[in-house]
Amino acid sequence: MEQEVQENRLLNDIEGLSQSNAVPTTIIQPSRGLLSLKLGELWQYRELLYFLTWRDVKIRYKQAVLGFLWAFIQPFLKMVVFSVVFGGLAKIDSEGFPYPIFLYAGLLPWQFFADAVNRSGQSIVAEANLITKVYFPRLIMPVASVGAALVDFAISFGILIAMMFYYQIIPGVSILMVLPLVSLTILCVLGVGVFVSALNTAYRDFRYALPFLVQIWMYVTPVIYPVTIIPENWRWLMALNPMSGIVDGYRSAILGKPFDWPHLGISLGITTIMFLTGLAYFRKTERYFADIV
Amino acid sequence: MSNIAIRVENLGKRYRMGQYVGSGAQYKTLRESLTNAVSAPLRRLRRNSQSEIRHPKSSSFLWALKDISFEVRHGEVLGIIGRNGAGKSTLLKILTRITEPSEGRAVLSGRVNSLLEVGTGFHPELTGRENVRLSGAILGMTGKEIDRKFDEIVDFSGVEEYIDTPVKRYSSGMRVRLGFAVAAHLEPEILLIDEVLAVGDAEFQKKCLGKMGDVASEGRTVLLVSHNMASIVNICQRAILLDNGNMVTDGQAAEVVQHYLATARSAGGEVVWPDPAQAPGNDIVRLHAVRILQDGIDGSTAGVDISKEVLIQIEYWNLQEGAHLYPAIWLDDQMGTPVLSSSNATSVSLTEDPWYGHAHPLGLFQSLCRIPGNFLNEGRYTVAAILGKLPSETFVLEREIISFDVHDTGEMRKEYYGGWRGVVRPRLAWNTKRIGSVVRGIKDEN
Repeated sequence: MEQEVQENRLLNDIEGLSQSNAVPTTIIQPSRGLLSLKLGELWQYRELLYFLTWRDVKIRYKQAVLGFLWAFIQPFLKMVVFSVVFGGLAKIDSEGFPYPIFLYAGLLPWQFFADAVNRSGQSIVAEANLITKVYFPRLIMPVASVGAALVDFAISFGILIAMMFYYQIIPGVSILMVLPLVSLTILCVLGVGVFVSALNTAYRDFRYALPFLVQIWMYVTPVIYPVTIIPENWRWLMALNPMSGIVDGYRSAILGKPFDWPHLGISLGITTIMFLTGLAYFRKTERYFADIV
Repeated sequence: MSNIAIRVENLGKRYRMGQYVGSGAQYKTLRESLTNAVSAPLRRLRRNSQSEIRHPKSSSFLWALKDISFEVRHGEVLGIIGRNGAGKSTLLKILTRITEPSEGRAVLSGRVNSLLEVGTGFHPELTGRENVRLSGAILGMTGKEIDRKFDEIVDFSGVEEYIDTPVKRYSSGMRVRLGFAVAAHLEPEILLIDEVLAVGDAEFQKKCLGKMGDVASEGRTVLLVSHNMASIVNICQRAILLDNGNMVTDGQAAEVVQHYLATARSAGGEVVWPDPAQAPGNDIVRLHAVRILQDGIDGSTAGVDISKEVLIQIEYWNLQEGAHLYPAIWLDDQMGTPVLSSSNATSVSLTEDPWYGHAHPLGLFQSLCRIPGNFLNEGRYTVAAILGKLPSETFVLEREIISFDVHDTGEMRKEYYGGWRGVVRPRLAWNTKRIGSVVRGIKDEN
């Protein structure tokens, strides 16, 4: 095993050198035991990652009459509908903030999560033709899907800014926390998305379960309701869902309510575990993708 | 830098049974796995794809490739031949890193590019320009490289006028030309190619062959998998023959091709899949049998009389109520040169097929194609069976599914005994007339 890892490292070194004048050497052999995460290889293929992300973004709105406007319309309509149903009719508590902005601050990361997980989950299966015809690090596929979803995520921030003006919410220093929170969200999305893409390839009927699972996930995440609605002694259970800490964190950053640091800390820990697990599962299954896809 | 570009050592690849056979049923369903997990609690902990493939029971898997070893020198052009399922594509997929070997290793030194299809990564919604960039990146070109070669690629493809039009509006010919133009501008030291020559029209094939010849003469190392024996003999110096996952011969291309022709193709005049689940096809149509028949011979035959009609019978199950199915065949000669292709389409068929263009109820269907007597030449022909759904979806394309020998009964041997040049040998009408007297002067001077 030791030797295997070393060899992999050596291989990475050799591939790294190919950028200069050394002869690039490819060694093909069955991989056993613990794999290196081969992130160096991913870096080498960064241009392809960029092209595939660009393609996903381009194709998404290519045939739509309203084109990129959809990236605004979708989250906006969702916000309006949810505000009417949950804020207006059900009168769900919003911790003293106007319900629409309270909702949108949570909907923002959630929409990105749901969208990116759905898209990256399908990515390997949808590109079966490519997977069986040419080699590139398979990880690029789900990562590119997340990248494309990130573009929509960025656009939906525009609505947030408009809403903050409308509700005259002046951001405090806490708004700076949005940046680390976005990184944490991306890490979480990558972990889940990469895991699901591999699972979906190995077990094809998983795709029927996926939208349903994402839906349930939303209801166990404090998107339409505040964390405070959950009884104190059950909060620990909620913290196991990393998205709950993340969503709550966005609210604190945007609306200026105090951060729940322990909750956020647990989210960070679980997100890291999920990311590493997802990546490891992907690495373990990817060598059979071309055979089973 | 050593002289060896590709070194393959004891390479092998096994598949789980049921994973390799047919298309469709390769991935597991959750239900299957769950049922299994419940019914076999002891195995439950080990039940994931890895442990299963790593410690399979010996009876439950199939070696698609076994103990393959060879070396290719820099600048050498190696052909890989063998019948369907011999392991050619598996070998290529391992060398291109698309799939992992189960054992052994291969070392490739030099920049590697592979070409398993024309237009890899093309997306119909994107324009020609966008697709050139995308496909180039997927095939391993850097952005700078693509920029530098972009004009050249477009020039080579001959679709300049439409370069900003979405590829979905291209004709299939244009798409292939653009795809090949990208591929032709790769600059690999090692090129791995699978059958790309089999697509496109004759002119395009010629262009591909020319380009391949160039690549070879530029000192690149090429590995070519092909069914076309003529191109193997023309392009490759050396060839290896695979059969059933094993390497049979390694030697001079022409000799290996001869060996293959003499031995590899079995003959029986009939292939039958008794179990629909194992037959080639999908949820809509599955092949049941292909037979070669001839009047005056009981049952199927692998040898036919040159002067009589050859009947190709295809049987298939229609599994989708109301599908508009069509059968078709390709006929190749023993060098892999396409001889003809035909289907039961009304515009193609000599007599109208009552089922063509009609909704098929569920059931077993039998189509018969008649190739006239005194039309094919002597020698061996292979049949590809094709089944599809109108307008143009192909579900089954089984190459070399069956072969037959055409024997000369001596009818045309009364005047001439040598081999007849040509892929076909129809009897054509000849008539000679005397149309004048000897020109004055020629006869006199002699």
